[in-house]
Amino acid sequence: MIFDVIFRNIHLLLSGLGVTFQIFILAWIGSFLLGIGLGVLRLSSRKAIYWPVTIYIQTMRSIPLILVIFGFYLLLPIITGKSMPSLVSAVISFIVFEAVYFAEIVRGGIQSVRKNLIDAGYSTGLSYFQVMTFIILPQAIKNMIPSIVTQSVVVFQDTALAYVIGVKEFLRITTLVNVREVRSIELYLFAALVYFCICSFGSLLARRMEKRYGG
Amino acid sequence: MLNYTFDWSVIWRHPYGGWLLEGILITIQLSILAWGIALFLGVIIASLRNLPQKWVKAVAAAYVETFRNIPLLVQLFFWYFAAPELLPYSARQWLYQNIEPTTLSYYTAIISLSLFTSSRIAEHARSGFSSIPKGQYLAAFSTGLNTLQVYRYVIIPYTIRVFIPPLTTEFVTIFKNSALAMTLGVTETTFMSQRIDSYTFHGLEATIGAMVIYLLISLSVSGLMGFVERFLYIPGLIRKR
Repeated sequence: MIFDVIFRNIHLLLSGLGVTFQIFILAWIGSFLLGIGLGVLRLSSRKAIYWPVTIYIQTMRSIPLILVIFGFYLLLPIITGKSMPSLVSAVISFIVFEAVYFAEIVRGGIQSVRKNLIDAGYSTGLSYFQVMTFIILPQAIKNMIPSIVTQSVVVFQDTALAYVIGVKEFLRITTLVNVREVRSIELYLFAALVYFCICSFGSLLARRMEKRYGG
Repeated sequence: MLNYTFDWSVIWRHPYGGWLLEGILITIQLSILAWGIALFLGVIIASLRNLPQKWVKAVAAAYVETFRNIPLLVQLFFWYFAAPELLPYSARQWLYQNIEPTTLSYYTAIISLSLFTSSRIAEHARSGFSSIPKGQYLAAFSTGLNTLQVYRYVIIPYTIRVFIPPLTTEFVTIFKNSALAMTLGVTETTFMSQRIDSYTFHGLEATIGAMVIYLLISLSVSGLMGFVERFLYIPGLIRKR
């Protein structure tokens, strides 16, 4: 094994890693915000809100991410009428898909907040929206932090799937370098190591948080 | 909106319908085989993590961390493209000459899927083990069973029942994860849907068709496991949901 292949192509590989982080950050922000919205709506007592949201969440949880990625890749040009960069379509797929997992975490977090606090909030004359933003969510988020970090690690791992529609992220770049250099052992071991380090860091963080916030 | 006429018949028309059916069969085969192996490996790894010896624990923990923290797609590529290169030249020659490429990718997918899933099952099993009261171990040991027997006859039968709900989730997950095998050219459902796309340019319909297939599979798996859960339920030990 000669690892100079990695040093020779380090610029290329790092650019791939940059794209991976770009996808991750965009997908994370989008899916987290959408997830909070969906999680709150899922607790709605109105049937017209509850059922569509629940069906959306359950459907997304039952299908593979790879199909969602293909689906948006094929659907977006039809809706917009022009070709879409695969990066955009990948990020949209990630947001739509990962949001449902965040939604379930948010729902659990909100349900963990004690009922008296909510009633106390209402009794001081706050509206539903105010109770949600000032009383429930700040506490719920604290309870949810370990699960959110764990899910973020999953989102990071899932960004590798952007490979299938040709986004030049880390894994795609690794395979491209391999096509030129034919050094599969070194390159794939390196890719695995990079993902391992980043994801282990995330997992470790989650465990630390769990201890700190008591799960 | 671009002019696009939907042609849903690509889902059932000859030969595309047959492709999808073939894909479903392979998805099911792949998932069940991988799940079986993963369950076996996962329970063993979790048992090892539960033993008092420090070094055994460390090895098992390293196994779980490694397979959990590397994306499945990277693992698939590693086993398919890199791992054969580690074999000696003659073994590699034999592998490429005597085994069909499709068979090779099929088995690679099973191996990667089961290793990846086994680490996740091991985590569930570990929390299953920790939910078993210490007295159970002591009682089992005091009847004169050795470590292997204690786990084989007492602890594991309990644990399996305790961790059936998370196991159901894993079973649904493995069906979803098996879709990644398409990147190696395994002709499972997702692969077939994209193959229909390249033949007909009606990939959207085929993709939505495949989504419905996965949805139905997930629903049936959850239903089936609910039945298994009721069947294996031990009164008093675990609360019925």
